Amino acid sequence: MQSTILGINIVYFWTYFFVAGAIFIFMFMMGAVMSWSERKQSAQLQDRIGANRAAIPLPFGKKLALWGFINNLADAIKCLIKEDFRPQAYDKLMYNLAIFFAFIPAVLAVAVVPFAGVVKPAEFFQAWYLKWIPWLPEYFAANLPDFSFRVQVANLNVGLLFIFAIGGLNVFGSILAGWSSNNKFSMMGGLRAASQMISYEISMGMSLLGIIFIYQHIDLWGLVQAQSDLAWGWLPKWGIFLQPLAFFLFIAAAVAENKRMPFDLPEAESEIISGYFLEYSGFKMLLFMFAEFIEIVFVAIMLTTLFFGGFSVPWLMADGFHFPWGSYVPLSHASVVILQIISFQLKVFFFCWLLQQLRWSLPRFRYDQVMDLGWKILLPLSIVNLIITIIIVALGGF
Amino acid sequence: MTEVDIPAKYKVEEVRQRKEILELPIASPSDSPVKVNIGPSHPAMHGTIKMIADLVGETIVNIDVEPGFLHRGMEKMCENRNYVSALPYTDRLNYVTAFINNFGYIGAIEKLFGIEITERCAWLRTLFSELSRITDHYTCNAAICSEIGAMTPFLYFMQARDYIWEHFNWATGARQTYSYARVGGLARDVTRDWLDKAKQILLDNIPLLKDIHGLMDKNRIFLDRTQGVGEISKEDAINAGITGPFLRSTGVAYDVRKALPYLKYDELDWEVPVGKYGDNYDRWFVRMREIEESFKICLQCIEKIPEGPINSDDYYAHLPEKSEVYGSIEGLINHFKIIIDGPKPPAGQIYDCVEAANGELGFFIVSDGTGTAYRLHVRPPSFLIMGVLDKIIIGHQLADIIPIFGTVNMVGGECDR
Repeated sequence: MQSTILGINIVYFWTYFFVAGAIFIFMFMMGAVMSWSERKQSAQLQDRIGANRAAIPLPFGKKLALWGFINNLADAIKCLIKEDFRPQAYDKLMYNLAIFFAFIPAVLAVAVVPFAGVVKPAEFFQAWYLKWIPWLPEYFAANLPDFSFRVQVANLNVGLLFIFAIGGLNVFGSILAGWSSNNKFSMMGGLRAASQMISYEISMGMSLLGIIFIYQHIDLWGLVQAQSDLAWGWLPKWGIFLQPLAFFLFIAAAVAENKRMPFDLPEAESEIISGYFLEYSGFKMLLFMFAEFIEIVFVAIMLTTLFFGGFSVPWLMADGFHFPWGSYVPLSHASVVILQIISFQLKVFFFCWLLQQLRWSLPRFRYDQVMDLGWKILLPLSIVNLIITIIIVALGGF
Repeated sequence: MTEVDIPAKYKVEEVRQRKEILELPIASPSDSPVKVNIGPSHPAMHGTIKMIADLVGETIVNIDVEPGFLHRGMEKMCENRNYVSALPYTDRLNYVTAFINNFGYIGAIEKLFGIEITERCAWLRTLFSELSRITDHYTCNAAICSEIGAMTPFLYFMQARDYIWEHFNWATGARQTYSYARVGGLARDVTRDWLDKAKQILLDNIPLLKDIHGLMDKNRIFLDRTQGVGEISKEDAINAGITGPFLRSTGVAYDVRKALPYLKYDELDWEVPVGKYGDNYDRWFVRMREIEESFKICLQCIEKIPEGPINSDDYYAHLPEKSEVYGSIEGLINHFKIIIDGPKPPAGQIYDCVEAANGELGFFIVSDGTGTAYRLHVRPPSFLIMGVLDKIIIGHQLADIIPIFGTVNMVGGECDR
């Protein structure tokens, strides 16, 4: 009998601990990668070299620049040792609280996203390329032959609602930062952020209702499972194929939620300087930026999970590839899981790339144009999309 | 000059009554305007201008434009130095088009002297002026892009501009402030290789311009941000004394190069692009078209530049050849007199103007027969736009200040002198 922690089998406990830790580390690493790729990708687009100066000196006159990755480290060090400037008259509590409101929801919402399918450790470690690992294969095969878990922090059955609830908290960060800084430009940025995020949350939700109607699931695990089915025996039932309009509506609304170009008017540097985080300096400013990068990753994860089948690989079943033309490629359980993880990461990377590319090729909207787009175009379109979806579902279409 | 009235629709009371404002819950007519101080250290204000705006919601109901933060007393400084020593100050007027400023200033002095410049010099001045104009329009349109958030076209423009600036470096020894003109000539000649390379650079810029057109021309966001924003009528623009691309965007084809031809502009084949509505988009578009026209002029100039001397024979106005300075006593004395006293034009007064990148750049010089100007006045094109800028901005939104101010292309050095 295994020992227990808080009444939970210690192996289960450490497994979940490991999965949750891996996912959160993934998010933070992606934040760092995004701040690197923001520089490098824009440099590629704009015919520049990009960040490459910060480096760790090595012996014999060599330098470790890691293609600009060291710049992230240099930024963090710089922000940590800078003067922590605060405005003269400000609301101390709210000023400091705002950072957490901006940062924590971005990391928290990812808890309900599945990163890969079911893992059965006993079977997983039997793959020929994993057998060399000491004692783990034998341990799971001998003691926990039926133990399985999902690569997901928490399988809430209200997954999407949880994401919207946590994502909605994000707006407090901007409002509080703008209001508590006691600066007219910050205030304006905070108000712009509030109106923009609240307006776009509605069309974001509306565009996803169609997905919920079609797949009859609201938890992300169920949505991904439903998307890995095939329509007419060959087309994966991905959201992009069943809800193409919703995909574009969602991507527009999500970029607006994210306050990124072309919707970055809450922080328009040429108009209101930096908007709501104008009065934040040093590491506090860095945390706002970092939260923004993590939000991009999260938007990419949402797009992957809701419209591109999450971790599912087309025609990959639990035992291998079943191609629509009848051929069958058997794969071990470990290979399937690894393929799923890779497929999920690749899709996320693709959307991160797409969002960065959008950010660097479009100019900024004006306040009234953003409101017009949100209320007069995206919202009606998402309602039309929803009604058509409901009619088709009611007629037994999907 | 008649007074420019604020159109009724831009009056504070009227703006408040306008429908679209009443629709916004945060801007009911009972709200009192918020005063926001924009500049001079606001990133969009170039550090040289201050705007005090009254905002209702995001709409500007009143704005007070205060230029003058870069006033260095340039005219007075010129009056305390001889004509040649004052030349570097003209570099710093519109520091992006130092050539045009140089040639405008030296042109006025030459008119005062009555000097005929040589053919090669006139062609070279035309070429340098147009290359300069290209760089200025690049800079202005790049600033518009970056200010409305499109960083990529901004950097494409900067790249194209830098090719030309680096090439200026080879001819003059400086990227930005050249002090290249001399009374009756130029500081130094250029080689045929330099001209061929200049042609190559212009041709290399075309793909970059194509990329920029591709990114901006049909970009819905860009069109929405610029079309119908910052409109000014023909009459208002003329009454305010505005010239240059700003005036041409309203549909008035006034260009000093065509109206009062100087240098070689009347011997070249080019046209004056005009806009229609006088809004931000027209100003952007007129500048883009002028870049193309300047390309045409430059390519023609490069073909047509004749061989020959660049300096005229009027040694009372400019320095003699070095061989004469070292080889003859007359040459040495000539050199000495020009350096110590400066060229001494006959007493009199002159107004001469050139088409600078932002409009008519005029130099009014009163000479009392000494080597120093008795009075020198610069007519800066962008200063006159500042006079109506508030009327253009009022009624638009806070975010519109930025592209409007960008398309004005207010250059602090020139505006505030």
